[in-house]
Amino acid sequence: MKVKSTSAKIGDWIFVLICVLLSVICLVPMINLLAKSLSHTDYLIRNEIYLLPKGFNLDAYTTVLHDMKYVRAFFWTAFLTFVCTIFSLVMTTLCAYPLIFEKLKGRSAINVFITITMFFNAGTIPNYLLMKSLDLLNNPLVLIVPSCLSVYNMIIMRSFFYGIPDSLRESAEIDGATFFQILTKIYVPLSKPVFATLALFYAVGRWNGYSDALMYMKNAKYYPLQLLLYNILNNINQVEVATQEGFSAPGLSESLKAAIVMFSTIPILLIYPWLQKYFIHGVTLGAVKE
Amino acid sequence: MKKQKKVVPQRKTPFSVYMKRYWQLYALLLLPLTYLLIFKYIPMAYIQIAFKKYSIVESIWEMPLAANHGFEYFIKAFNNKDFLYALRNTLTLNLLDLVVGFPAPIIFALILNEICFKRFKRVVQTIAYMPHFLSWVIVYSLALQLFAPDAGLVNMLIKDLGGEAIPFLNEPAHWVGTYIGLGVWQSFGWNSIVYLAAIAGINPELYEAASVDGAGRFKKMWHITLPGLKPTIIVLLIMNLGNILGSGFDRPFAFQNNLVMRVAEVISTYVYKVGIKGLQFSLTTAVGLFQSVVGVIFLLLANWLARKLGERGIW
Repeated sequence: MKVKSTSAKIGDWIFVLICVLLSVICLVPMINLLAKSLSHTDYLIRNEIYLLPKGFNLDAYTTVLHDMKYVRAFFWTAFLTFVCTIFSLVMTTLCAYPLIFEKLKGRSAINVFITITMFFNAGTIPNYLLMKSLDLLNNPLVLIVPSCLSVYNMIIMRSFFYGIPDSLRESAEIDGATFFQILTKIYVPLSKPVFATLALFYAVGRWNGYSDALMYMKNAKYYPLQLLLYNILNNINQVEVATQEGFSAPGLSESLKAAIVMFSTIPILLIYPWLQKYFIHGVTLGAVKE
Repeated sequence: MKKQKKVVPQRKTPFSVYMKRYWQLYALLLLPLTYLLIFKYIPMAYIQIAFKKYSIVESIWEMPLAANHGFEYFIKAFNNKDFLYALRNTLTLNLLDLVVGFPAPIIFALILNEICFKRFKRVVQTIAYMPHFLSWVIVYSLALQLFAPDAGLVNMLIKDLGGEAIPFLNEPAHWVGTYIGLGVWQSFGWNSIVYLAAIAGINPELYEAASVDGAGRFKKMWHITLPGLKPTIIVLLIMNLGNILGSGFDRPFAFQNNLVMRVAEVISTYVYKVGIKGLQFSLTTAVGLFQSVVGVIFLLLANWLARKLGERGIW
């Protein structure tokens, strides 16, 4: 190692300082929200909450957990996310795997067919009319099927598959394995990192998405958590909100909102750090062009 | 000799033999391709509604052509004040996003690259990726909590310092700033991943050689790191330019409120309100088509320009 000069060392610390500052900016909104959700109403009304809760209590969370509306939406969204993720991973694999075979006839035509959908979108209304004609409006399937394959994610998976040595596949072919066996016995077991990445992408997309439910779903029973949250923030269905929170002090509704936001964010915040090394690789694969 | 000649045509495998071996791959492709056909290509057939008078009873093929050789609804759209506002806002917000949001992850990647403590670097990265995993509804609710005139943390601090509360979300100009700022907040960490990977791919000998020549930190950044990032920057810039008239729906829709609609209404939310809510299908399909076509044109132009300037482009 070379010895650093004093000015270089000071420079190092300046960059560390900038990074600390940026991290604080990323974290402060969440910390503030957490503090609010844990604080007593009196302090909230007097606007005294900064980064630490005052009058610590879990009332807001108890209220949320006892309100079937939120609990139901939470489990419905969790179920939806699980089903979507599995289904999307299967679809993505089915699409990506055959395309790595150079001998596949019509491969370039299929690639063009797929790529066009990435750059040209028919638009909101044609999609809406399609859902209508397929009788998918207000059908819970509309939250699963239309978004079950992302071409972008497919390209990530295909790039990963390209990275698996051809020789493995070729020797299996010589041994008489079928293409389906090669997929399940060689490619799937070797591709855990990319499956983890894409599972995260699909799961986050479904967990955080609300526009499809907003457009295609009128039945409030099937609202995902984010749409419910949107409606609460914008006081849509005023009557419902009024009967629920009308009797309580305005401060509680603030901490209640904060608690609902925490409640609907925590699952993802608990998962993503563990998958960091996978998704970094995944994002990088997506940026590599062929 | 004759026998061998007969074998020669065998090099080109007959179709039946080929299919006997490869049918499985086509079978695997069947489901995804059917999906794309139904959910991506059939809607393209519905685009003709833009040129036709929509009616619920007739099939799309039988609807009568709209006036002005079918361009009635395009003319209507461009004479519609609300649409023109939405168009202006889409362009303004996207341009601001590009100017402010595009360089942010590059700068962040350059900063991170200067950090020599590995552990610390990883922690910073994890924290910076966090906002990307929040939905726009959540980001907006964070903004509500943070920027509320009385109870918001930021305004409380401003007041403590003797300032006046700033209407971050309720006044058009401030709203735009907040919208762009939170967009950067949400994406700078995540978007830096690609750049960090590109930096990791730069040959370390270049840095060593530069050090020997006495180049300082910023000289190395400017003459080695940035040129190393150039191809990545160009590709992402092209993709961004292709999206200059596009707009996600989730972000603007979550951020809108009645006080700022003049600057907050963008094409995607306009289409939702006038089309799906207001049932003006032909008009909004025309708007959507205009948006998609302009998007493709921008993408092609940007790509052509990049190649003209000697870069690789995206294809």
